[in-house]
Amino acid sequence: MTMKASGMEKTDLKNASVDPTLTEVAPSPHLVEGGRTTRRMMIDVLVALAPLVGAAIYFFRWSAVRQMAICLAACLTVEALCALMRRRRPPLADGSAAVTAIILALSLPATAPWYAGVIGSMVAIGIGKALFGGLGMNLFNPAMVGRAFVMISFAGALGAAGYQDAGSTIDIMTQATPLTAFQQSGVVTGLADLLIGRTNGSLGETSALACLAGGLFLCLRRSAAWRIPASMLAIAALFAILQTGFTAQGWTPAHHLCGGALLFGAFFIATDPVSSPLTPQGQMIYGAGIGALVMIIRIFSGYPEGVMFAVLLMNGLTPLINRWTIPPPFGEQ
Amino acid sequence: MGWFDRYRRGTFDRGIHPPANKHFSTGSDIEIVPCPERVVLPLQQNVGGPCTPVVKPRQKVTWGELIGRGEAFVSSALHAPVTGTVERSVMTTLANGRHMPAIAIRTDDPGLQRQDLWDAVFGGPWPKDCIGIYEPQQIHEAILDAGIVGLGGAAFPTHVKINPNPQKPIHTLVVNGCECEPYLTSDEQLMRQAPDAIIAGAFLASYAVGAQRVIIGVEDNKPEAAESLRQSVGRTGIEVRLLRTKYPQGSEKHLIKAVVGREVPLGGLPADVGVAIGNVGTMAAVARAVVRSRPLTHRVICVTGAGVAQPKNLLVPIGISIGELIDYCGGLTADAARIVAGGPMMGFAVADRTTPVTKGTSGITILTHEDTATAAAGPCVRCGRCVEVCPMGLVPTKLAQAARTGDLRLARRYNILACFECGACAYSCPARIPLVQWIRAGKAQVARSQGR
Repeated sequence: MTMKASGMEKTDLKNASVDPTLTEVAPSPHLVEGGRTTRRMMIDVLVALAPLVGAAIYFFRWSAVRQMAICLAACLTVEALCALMRRRRPPLADGSAAVTAIILALSLPATAPWYAGVIGSMVAIGIGKALFGGLGMNLFNPAMVGRAFVMISFAGALGAAGYQDAGSTIDIMTQATPLTAFQQSGVVTGLADLLIGRTNGSLGETSALACLAGGLFLCLRRSAAWRIPASMLAIAALFAILQTGFTAQGWTPAHHLCGGALLFGAFFIATDPVSSPLTPQGQMIYGAGIGALVMIIRIFSGYPEGVMFAVLLMNGLTPLINRWTIPPPFGEQ
Repeated sequence: MGWFDRYRRGTFDRGIHPPANKHFSTGSDIEIVPCPERVVLPLQQNVGGPCTPVVKPRQKVTWGELIGRGEAFVSSALHAPVTGTVERSVMTTLANGRHMPAIAIRTDDPGLQRQDLWDAVFGGPWPKDCIGIYEPQQIHEAILDAGIVGLGGAAFPTHVKINPNPQKPIHTLVVNGCECEPYLTSDEQLMRQAPDAIIAGAFLASYAVGAQRVIIGVEDNKPEAAESLRQSVGRTGIEVRLLRTKYPQGSEKHLIKAVVGREVPLGGLPADVGVAIGNVGTMAAVARAVVRSRPLTHRVICVTGAGVAQPKNLLVPIGISIGELIDYCGGLTADAARIVAGGPMMGFAVADRTTPVTKGTSGITILTHEDTATAAAGPCVRCGRCVEVCPMGLVPTKLAQAARTGDLRLARRYNILACFECGACAYSCPARIPLVQWIRAGKAQVARSQGR
């Protein structure tokens, strides 16, 4: 910091004692909260995903490891390439590409062919994120953009029927997913299996307990907005009760909550901060909207599950929700 | 005190809990700084208009003599803090970077020293049942003549606030003893060492504005200060209330919310909810002006932080340079990085150590490289953390975005002018975005466009 003393007659500025060793000037505030960085938030998500990853590997063995390895490699490569094309340093250290990779991998079935993971990753990072301008700029959840692309492109391999592999050596992979089994043949999966995760399904969604454990960690660390899963699950439970009533037999509201991707989606997909609203009220509306859409798709559509479409639809509404829910400032009558 | 009492203590919504870091200088007795050889008094030390000099170069002035007259309604008078000779007019740089004409005085006679100075300013007996002697108008005029401004940092002229207004009757005088800025301890130490002056001043001010109630709000991390005030209350009926420790509890509007439970309307004044408010140091200055007819020439200030060798609380003449105070406190440590006039949340980083202490300088915080280390700003991931902490209920990241893109309509829609730059958002931002800096720029743009 140098002070211009020339041309200032009769001033004290000439005597200004500016110490060259102590020159730091910066706007206030002069302190920042230690330990809270974007990177730390991403690492929190990865830590919270650990129980899901563990459950996926336990139940789906090598297919889970393979899927995650493919997605990680593809996502990080695409992220680096996109940054290099824009002549920027690859921002791999922020951890966001790794989060997208793991969430994408966990949202794919164990049977998914290798190219599903690769193409899904390319679309997720390339089109879902980099095209919008990178971290923080995307409108839609990148992992869900990638998944939607491959799901629709390879409907045969990744649709509801694609989850089953009659020839698999892993027992649960020969079965239908709980939601498909119920929708098509009225077979009700046991609640204990849903909680532990001993069912077929996307890699990360099967264990309700793992999703809950990781999700609560995320919310307690305040790395995810608790209002989104809270309102989403509350509305989903309400719809479930409206559909089935307070029944303890057959397909109960508890099955609705623990089956499918509802918990995984509530805690890990809907809470993506970039594509969800900023304001507390907006987060409630957003979560409630996803919860309602998931249940409408489950109950009335041909798809057994609807978390992905519900999240993408509400992502599209996020800018509007932000605008509707500008909070009244302190002191506004 | 059980957890339930703590929970019931008054507070406001949102806000942050930065580390208090008061330990550097808390509880250390106020030392009286020897009279400096020279003082520099900027002509505008307050919110509002500057004062007009009434002295000429080479003129002799004595301690307390009027040297600048406040002309506008919102301005304040300036008095000589030392006995000496006026130098030819000078320019000086304020802590906020503004260049400003100033009156410099070279000291001829050191005047009162040490304990004598303390006794004249804060010590000795303070009458606490003297209502009958002074009329409200008399109190108001004494405040006006003494050039008192808010000593908590904002430096708003006190005679404008302590002014009976029949249109907006005042029922409560709230006295601000929160000192919510991290590091700062000057108000706390004043409450511990000069409670009588504060109580007497608060009593006089409440009488001047016609308030039936006086409540002194103190954050609950300063129990000794609150106890000291309680001991001194006597029969004045003044209430000392502990509030939850949270930044920015010392903000005028948030203190009123915590104490009275009402929100000052957007763009309004405390008087709109029947409240007058002033800092504890200001109240002591009011007592001094009314009872002893002494103007505001000295103030308590702390020089604190890990970047200074011996952190201290000091009684200093206004106009002494920041560098002299640092030297008095043993100089800087090897890892000192930033000299901040005020606290670390809202204070100004100072490059020039000849910058004088003004009426509104509540402390000098010297931070180390470790304190100020921060990463480069990254992109906003819209985590909403800034929304969760903003005490004004704003959406800081949107305001910053509006400022960056020059979208003034967006800035207004999100009430950019309600921001008072407390820094809670930038403190909490995981992407390290300089939100306050952006918002400040945006406010300036909006103000300019409205001026047109």
